[in-house]
Amino acid sequence: MISISDSATKLNSLNRRMFILATAKIIILGGIVSRLFYLQVKENKKYLTLSDKNRIREWKLPPIRGEFKDYFGNTIAGNFEAYQLHIIPEEVEDFRYVIYRVKELLELSEKQFKKIVKKKNEIKPWETLIVADNLSWEKFSKINNHLYDLNGVKPVISISRDYPYKENFTHVLGYVSQANENDLLTNENIKEKFVPGLKVGKTGLEKSFEQKLIGSNSVERYEVNAFGRRISQLAFQKGDKGETIKLTIDTKIQELTNELLKEKAGSICVMDIYTGAIIAMHSSPSFDPNSFVFGISQDEWQLIRNNPMKPLVNKSLSGNYSPGSTIKPIVALSALENEIIKPDFTVQCKGHKNPLELYGQTYHCWKKEGHGFVNLREAMKQSCDTYFYEVARRLGVDRLSDTAKKFGLGQKVFKDVFDNEKSGLVPNTEWKKNALGRNWVLGETIITGIGQGFIQTTPIQLCLMTAQIANGGYKIYPKIVANDDNQYADKFKPLYKKSRNIKIVQDAMFSSTNEVRGTSYRSRLDDPKYRFAGKTGTSQVKKITEQDRELDLKTFEIPYEERDHALYVAFGPYKSPRYALSIIIEHGGSGGTVAAPLAKELFKMIVDRHEIRKNYDNKKYLDI
Amino acid sequence: MYQYRRFNNKNGFFQKFGNLDYILLSCLLILGFISLATMYSTDGGEVLFHTRSHFIKFVVFFSMMLVISFINIKFWFSLGYLSYVVILGMLIWTINFGITASGSKRWIDLYFLNIQPSELMKIFIILCLAKYFHRMKAQHVNSFYSICFSLIIIFIPMSLVIIQPDLGTSLLIAISGIVVLWFAGLNHKYFFYSCLLSIISLPIIISFLKPYQKLRVLTFLNPDRDPLGAGYQIIQSKIAVGSGGITGKGFLKGTQSYLEFLPEKHTDFIFTLFSEEFGFIGSVLLLIIYSIIIYRVIRIGALSRSYFAKLFCYSFGTSIFIYIVINMSMVLGLLPIVGSPLPIMSYGGSSMLATMIGFGIVMSAKTHSQQSIA
Repeated sequence: MISISDSATKLNSLNRRMFILATAKIIILGGIVSRLFYLQVKENKKYLTLSDKNRIREWKLPPIRGEFKDYFGNTIAGNFEAYQLHIIPEEVEDFRYVIYRVKELLELSEKQFKKIVKKKNEIKPWETLIVADNLSWEKFSKINNHLYDLNGVKPVISISRDYPYKENFTHVLGYVSQANENDLLTNENIKEKFVPGLKVGKTGLEKSFEQKLIGSNSVERYEVNAFGRRISQLAFQKGDKGETIKLTIDTKIQELTNELLKEKAGSICVMDIYTGAIIAMHSSPSFDPNSFVFGISQDEWQLIRNNPMKPLVNKSLSGNYSPGSTIKPIVALSALENEIIKPDFTVQCKGHKNPLELYGQTYHCWKKEGHGFVNLREAMKQSCDTYFYEVARRLGVDRLSDTAKKFGLGQKVFKDVFDNEKSGLVPNTEWKKNALGRNWVLGETIITGIGQGFIQTTPIQLCLMTAQIANGGYKIYPKIVANDDNQYADKFKPLYKKSRNIKIVQDAMFSSTNEVRGTSYRSRLDDPKYRFAGKTGTSQVKKITEQDRELDLKTFEIPYEERDHALYVAFGPYKSPRYALSIIIEHGGSGGTVAAPLAKELFKMIVDRHEIRKNYDNKKYLDI
Repeated sequence: MYQYRRFNNKNGFFQKFGNLDYILLSCLLILGFISLATMYSTDGGEVLFHTRSHFIKFVVFFSMMLVISFINIKFWFSLGYLSYVVILGMLIWTINFGITASGSKRWIDLYFLNIQPSELMKIFIILCLAKYFHRMKAQHVNSFYSICFSLIIIFIPMSLVIIQPDLGTSLLIAISGIVVLWFAGLNHKYFFYSCLLSIISLPIIISFLKPYQKLRVLTFLNPDRDPLGAGYQIIQSKIAVGSGGITGKGFLKGTQSYLEFLPEKHTDFIFTLFSEEFGFIGSVLLLIIYSIIIYRVIRIGALSRSYFAKLFCYSFGTSIFIYIVINMSMVLGLLPIVGSPLPIMSYGGSSMLATMIGFGIVMSAKTHSQQSIA
């Protein structure tokens, strides 16, 4: 059928084409081999790292937070072992049974239970489900006793924040709570160290020193599969605990301030007048920061938030108050420094029947009957308003504000340490023009002279002001961290022109507390060891009308919100001053009757504790 | 030329036994062993479903190949058209009653096993076309009628497979067919022009592709455009091969496959796993084994007396070569991802069955190399 020649042509063509293809095949094979060579030999390193990147994953564990210690080394914010209960759902055979059993044992409420079940559905089955984050020892041991029945349930001891002194340090330290989105966005360090359940500082020093406190994560390195399941542990790298921060605060005095301000709204600040170390700083009312560590309950939060005494506000740093008569030492000093008056400058205070009149406005002294003829010392002692109206009128607000600013008013005391500190306000003519667009009027100078009107100060500023008067008029920088080595060039720079003027003011303050008719005479301490000097203040919350003046109501007869703030600034012991303090009691009434008695209690302890503090310092050096 | 003197064409059983190509057989056995070992590794170092199933299939189909090799090549010649028609029927059956898996209807249920007719078509289209051109006179090969007819033979199964949809297999069927056309002596210019035409019409073809197929092409051009989605397979595959290095990570120590980063490691990506564990040296050795197999197949063709046997062996050898190249290029990132198994190595009964039938016919051509077909 097929001719020989035809078959031969076909075979020839077939063989020829086979030959062509065979050549092509060899070339293609060469191509494949060279591709293999390229991937496996030349680029091997690159792909090996990529493969390791695939299979090795690191898990960060929460870092252990640094502690806070007081001056004597007592832990005021530490860590404790929290008893927790974890479940890894995939390791549990019968999740429903186990979770109901746990519910029974822990006596969980229906709401908590639903939350746990919801959380379980959100996570992957091999991820840890935290059933309880802070169990009591009783419940924890109960779980441990029933473990035979609870397959897959893991009792875990984890490290968590603890504030042993509860509400005593809240406003200084702040508190920690679960890091939220905002924390991650604002702090790179938190973002880097973030693990679910990480607790970060929300306010106070806990927030300011976050970088130092946070520590570093321990890292577990696991081999994982494509779905992220851990196959085996490869390495464990232990992280460092955060730095421990030592404060200058004396816990005993801090506790006393808490006790003194119980049931009151206000603040007490105590400062070393030479080192600027804060001995105590308390804002009342306070709250227990431990409630925030594992998330505060809604009810408790509402209770704190809606308290009319505002526990969430740190009044020591962010409470702006009119200083009232506590500004008088500065007015007097400013007048003396600028040589407006001499100490024997005398003004007649004629009482309410005959008040100072200026452009149709009347300016009353607090004392109905008037003080009669008073010189500087007497005016300070009895806190005569009329005298200081006259001094302020002669001095002018600009010179007054210069002196006030020099002594630390109108600016933040701690610079950036606390993010909630306010700077207060020391007005002058230029400020008013810029801020309000109106010219300064003389009447405003008059009331600034008794610490009313625009002027606003925080308790810590008043404390610093007093400290700088007490130390003889030298500049100091307050500090709250013990080993804060910041060196300031102008530390101990004299703030006065003539040191005699400071002495005059100190003496006037002494008379106010220790001499008959002094406004805080009743709160004096007679023992020379404890004797202190101070100045009372009563800052009006509401303008006193003629009607009010005639009614002359007692403090308790006035509605709470309209009562005056009671203030007191003092330093002691008078013979060789070492500590200054400021006390503010919101809506407390008059400074002399409400605030000054607290200073009496405080100085007793402050002076006693000074010995211990000094000895502790000496011993510290001996140890080295 | 290598020649045997025989009195008749009918060989005895022992003669046939002696005529088997033992090099090819042993290479196939070695390959089978390698594929079993690799399958064992994909199962994570345990004898699980895939290993067991692959072992049974290999043993059964290898024995079947031996049986086929004792059947006269004439029988296979006579079966050429019939088998083609039967498999076309199976393809049509698949379209109507096929088993749907991962979005395409590829399998038909034969009660004792599920079979993929498209895989069988890869072999039987060669058989059919080889028979068609065996009878043809040299001057008729390039006639309009024969070209049209052979193209129709290619196009019918191709389109039946495309609508499953299974672009990869339909392309492989077309390639097998075209390979036969090439060997049959179709003028070079037709290949040249059709290449030109397909390059020109490439944009039009792409516009007809399904979105996921377009995505594959785009992913091939730049795998990093979607590293966790469409590009995931090829990126992970390259990482596995590349991290193998010269000597590989060691048997059962391929982290990419062990930790499940490799997709479809039993089937299309089996070479990736092998290459990760045995490295460059192992991969080249595997390529050498494949080369020996293909060389032996082509050699058998060269030694066969009949045109049909020659055409079949050449085409089959070349097709196997092309399947291997396409599969490897795909996993090495040289071609877009199309579903194409690596012969014998990949898990899959139909593919193994088809390949073994092919080798059986080749072996039959060897044992009956002196057989001439009228």
